[in-house]
Amino acid sequence: MALPAFVWFVAFGIIPLLGVLALSFTTWNGIGTIQPSGLTSWRATLSDPGLPHALWVTFLIMILSWAVQTPLSILFGVFLAARKRYRGFLAVLYFIPLLLSSAAIAITYKSLLDPNFGLGTGLGIEWLNQDWLGNSTLAFATLIFIVSWQFIPFHSLIYQGAVRQIPTSMYEASQIDGAGRMRQFWSITLPQLKYTIITSSTLMVVGSLTFFDLIYVLTGGGPGDATRALALAMYQQGFQANLMGPASAIAVILVLVGLGLSLLLRRLGGRADDSQLEGA
Amino acid sequence: MTNNPISRRNFLGLAAGAAGAAALAACGSDGPSTSGGGTTTGGGGGAASYWSLSGPPGQPYRQAAIDRFNKANSGSKITPLFFQNDAYKQKIKTALGANEGPTMIWGWGGGGLKEYVGSNLVEDLTDWFGQNAAVKDKILSSSFGAATVNGKIYALPIETVQPIVLFYNKKVFERVGAEPPKSWGDIMALVPKFNAAKVAPFSLAGQSRWTNMMWLEFLLDRTAGSEVFDRVFAGEKGAWSDPAVLDMLTKIQDLVKANGFQKGFSSTTADSNADQALLYTGKAAMMLHGSWSYGIQAAQGGNFVKDGGLGWMNFPAVEGGKGDPSNTVGNPGQYLSISSKATAEAKDVAKKFFSTTLVDDEEKAGWVKSGGVPVLKGSESLFTGADAQFLKDMSSIASGAKVFAQSWDQALSPTAAETLLDNIAKLFQLQVSPQQWVDSMNGVIGK
Repeated sequence: MALPAFVWFVAFGIIPLLGVLALSFTTWNGIGTIQPSGLTSWRATLSDPGLPHALWVTFLIMILSWAVQTPLSILFGVFLAARKRYRGFLAVLYFIPLLLSSAAIAITYKSLLDPNFGLGTGLGIEWLNQDWLGNSTLAFATLIFIVSWQFIPFHSLIYQGAVRQIPTSMYEASQIDGAGRMRQFWSITLPQLKYTIITSSTLMVVGSLTFFDLIYVLTGGGPGDATRALALAMYQQGFQANLMGPASAIAVILVLVGLGLSLLLRRLGGRADDSQLEGA
Repeated sequence: MTNNPISRRNFLGLAAGAAGAAALAACGSDGPSTSGGGTTTGGGGGAASYWSLSGPPGQPYRQAAIDRFNKANSGSKITPLFFQNDAYKQKIKTALGANEGPTMIWGWGGGGLKEYVGSNLVEDLTDWFGQNAAVKDKILSSSFGAATVNGKIYALPIETVQPIVLFYNKKVFERVGAEPPKSWGDIMALVPKFNAAKVAPFSLAGQSRWTNMMWLEFLLDRTAGSEVFDRVFAGEKGAWSDPAVLDMLTKIQDLVKANGFQKGFSSTTADSNADQALLYTGKAAMMLHGSWSYGIQAAQGGNFVKDGGLGWMNFPAVEGGKGDPSNTVGNPGQYLSISSKATAEAKDVAKKFFSTTLVDDEEKAGWVKSGGVPVLKGSESLFTGADAQFLKDMSSIASGAKVFAQSWDQALSPTAAETLLDNIAKLFQLQVSPQQWVDSMNGVIGK
């Protein structure tokens, strides 16, 4: 049964990965012949001051977008889990950003946030005319906002499903013990969501490593290099500067960082045979 | 490492890595069916493919030339495929790397062409031009510079000569009571004047980066002449360490600090034409841009151009500068090369296209109509109607220039150009000092 999936994974996961690894030891401009060049590409990549900066930007995006998305997603998930008709309607509305492609979202926001022709000018609201994407700090904040806006619906959906899985007997028992709503949330809902939080966090963290399309269209890594994350740096090295060797080296680093992070998050999850339903 | 095309194409996909979905799409095999040079239809004719840029003002005239050729040569057929500007730059590279490129490769000459030559991807046309002197005579000789690599010609100059000029909004100048600048001092004096009137002095599409570069090109030329960049181009070590470069970079940062550009300029893109919209809507007073902007403003600015709202001039002189104020920068032409991987039949079709349709009178008239000055000689008599004055001025700037330099990012290799554009964006963002800029640019000289 696992064979088709395995073949698929090898063909589109492992083999390309090995190819990138091989390419990172070569010098290639993308059109000429590929020349083996040992550690030249690695040396160039590791000594480039752009690399720590791109790592830092990637890390910052990861942490900030996680910190914004997780609490909001849990709150939305809990809110939407209750079986009320108006909430079902709201759930459909919340879901809309998930249906749009990142490129479309980026183009739309870019137009809305344009300080000269954007929303602020259109509606006559002066304070909206900030230099949203042209100021380093603001551009970063805007990016986090858009990422959160785009992905909170997805994670809310995960939390909604998880909250609905929590046995109602737990809430009933706690009610008899005199627990209020807040107490129930902190002592039952949140602990019961532990594995969901780990799953959703893994998706967020590893997913944030590959943010490319949104940043590429929205800021192009700018202003300056303020939002140049690792994935974008890789693309610019490979397809704009025609340096496929260093671009492959960055790709390998990206894979290693992603692998390390997901292993770490699995560790944090503790042993898989822990029972979550003690006392239920 | 094998050299067969399949493995190279795969490697290209691999290099895109986890995030390169867009890049992966670009190296898919969705090229035209005539890829790699096309198939023979027999009877001495043949098929050839041609890739170029989509959109106005160029695409209709490119399509018209191909239709004209196909109609006149029933045995041969050219199949065109058009891409958006930025998408094309990457698509053509990946396609050539995968041996799936077209017969005819459209480009900007210079550093990009040099890279094709280095990888033996394009035909040497020197002998062909020798045998077809009549074709060469029809084209402005100044356009051949960017088609020449190591003394050999690898491309046919086509389409239009595009100097970069300083556009200004006459209505805004009238309202504020200002005169167009005649010197760098005038420019700096105009900045507070327009800011006080709540008009941005200059419109700039800073996110596109090459737009910022035009400022460096002119300022360096006006202060120090064309020799400084010539030394960079020649790969001379430390060529950016000229005091004139530091002076020029400082001037630029002074202009940024004085709020010379519109609010949010570093997130404005040229692809969306937002920079031109700022000018024709009167939100900005001036804009440094390529001559092709005229056609865009005429098409999108309502009656702005028709009512004489748009003014233009060559970039003014800098006080005490050594550069000749007649010098200009821009695209001396567009370029069409023949793929060395194409079949002999396809190459013949392309050469016939080069020697007939692309240099005929209809071609010349078409590009004039598009609002541009053709690379073909003797187009002056065609400058009539509403655009006549603009065309005459562009023609005299182009032909009167002592030096018509090619845009830096096109002249340099893609690797050096990327570093240049990256550093220019940081310079305008005040993220690097002029000295840091010089140091990092010296690092990629000759690369």
